[in-house]
Amino acid sequence: MMQRMIHPTPPGTRDVLPEEMRELRALETALHAAFDEHGYGEVATPTIEYAETLQRGDERYANAAYRFFDERGDLLAMRSDMTIPIARLVATRFQDQEPPIRVSYVARAYRAVNPQQGQMREFTQAGVELIGAPAPDGTAEVITVLSAALDAVGLTRAVVGLGDADLYRQLLGELGVEEEARDRILDRLAAHDLVGLDAEVEAVDGLSAEGRATLLALPAMRGGKEILERARELGGEVVERATARLQATYDALAERGVADRVLLDLGLLRDLGYYTGAILEVYDPALGHILGGGGRYDTLLDRFGRDLPAAGFALYLEPLHVAQAEEERQEERG
Amino acid sequence: MPRVVSTSRARAGGKLKLAIPRGALWSDTLDALDRVGTDTAELRSDSRSLVFEVDGLTLVTMRPSDIPTYVEAGAADLGITGKDVLLEQRERVVYEVLDLHYGACRMVLAGREGDPALGESERRLGGMRIATKYPRIAERHFEETGRQAEVIEVKGSVELAPIVGLADGIVDLVATGRTLADNGLEVREEIAVCTARLVANRVSHKLRAREVDGLVERFREATQR
Repeated sequence: MMQRMIHPTPPGTRDVLPEEMRELRALETALHAAFDEHGYGEVATPTIEYAETLQRGDERYANAAYRFFDERGDLLAMRSDMTIPIARLVATRFQDQEPPIRVSYVARAYRAVNPQQGQMREFTQAGVELIGAPAPDGTAEVITVLSAALDAVGLTRAVVGLGDADLYRQLLGELGVEEEARDRILDRLAAHDLVGLDAEVEAVDGLSAEGRATLLALPAMRGGKEILERARELGGEVVERATARLQATYDALAERGVADRVLLDLGLLRDLGYYTGAILEVYDPALGHILGGGGRYDTLLDRFGRDLPAAGFALYLEPLHVAQAEEERQEERG
Repeated sequence: MPRVVSTSRARAGGKLKLAIPRGALWSDTLDALDRVGTDTAELRSDSRSLVFEVDGLTLVTMRPSDIPTYVEAGAADLGITGKDVLLEQRERVVYEVLDLHYGACRMVLAGREGDPALGESERRLGGMRIATKYPRIAERHFEETGRQAEVIEVKGSVELAPIVGLADGIVDLVATGRTLADNGLEVREEIAVCTARLVANRVSHKLRAREVDGLVERFREATQR
């Protein structure tokens, strides 16, 4: 028998065949409709950017997975999300437009991943960016659009986790935990290692008993609005300010009727460098992975020369599709 | 008889699924489950079933090294495994929620008793050759201590490697040190102390916070004395 020839695609990439493509297209169409309905016009940006541009948005882009020189010797990089390219686009193309500016996208992005875990190095994100609308109303608007988008694709059980990116870092500052000790604690929190966090907090000299208790209690606080009250009881100015920010966002969400979609989470920490204030994660009970994320990045636009507050989210299209299929399956089973 | 349970991933409303490790941590884990008030009689008497329905929990049994995989994917809401497994599979995103304190072992660098091969290879050959079942832990240890090493991954009895000359030393998990001594090996450096840990799926940790925290508290009370 003749040997069949196999031409693989690189790990973490894949082909999409018509049946799946039809479903993905339907998913995209539903998302576009939800974004449009809320006044978010679609934009597209190049897949490749100057590495310097991406790095301006987030220093850690210095390690962007896929970088190469073009024929002129300029260093280019594949985008790893749409937030920085859109910050660049808004700062340069909409110089004279009155904020707020609302844009949406469905686009491919690229990251170095471990393909063995089912992660993709090429993946599709669908999201919105709201530029020039400060917290709490801007944040509440973004979560409202996110909620509508989840409903539009049938994920009515999906939940939005809402935390505060500054809370833990500033709390460490307030308690006088600095430099290496602070970095080690943040590193454990980012790694979801609560046992290691406990050990690192114990190892810090000169912490008050209350300070220690606050550092250990916050990461476990997640739930409805009652956790804000519990957090306030821990005391301290930083906790007070962060809970006030979250309370304001929560109240704005309640006014818009989407507060019950939100799970407040004081232990939330996202690994991107540009977040300030509110951070988001999206979960569905049918799937063990997160479906998307986002938050505020009030200092990002300034790095591109337009000092505007901003917020946004990105849904990961492929996991969204899996969650949709899983929800349908569970419904059929009853 | 075991029932085949639903295969869907994280079922809000269903029982929490807890993945428990067969092997070295098995009997301590069953003892801990007894102390949190779970009836383990069926697990103790039936060694062939993989899934057990006990009061309030679905228990799924597997190799310790598979537990982060199942928990990360949400196929189990929670799991119990060794810190050695978590260190080796650092990229798995799971919440490490509790140190269960039992199953304590040391991850060590060991060489042959009185044998200068480790230091000599480092000086003369630029790096030592290390056989291990934990290549990522070994590589990280040498990187962090600023040394070069050729890490050779083996699957079976790692003690064999220095005896027959595959490697100058080994990085391995040691409970009593008996196996090392029996093979003429001695501990040169301690890399980490590893105990059993309770881990949780990222989504279950959020969406089933109350149940997860309840179980964590029961385990905390049962194991923190």
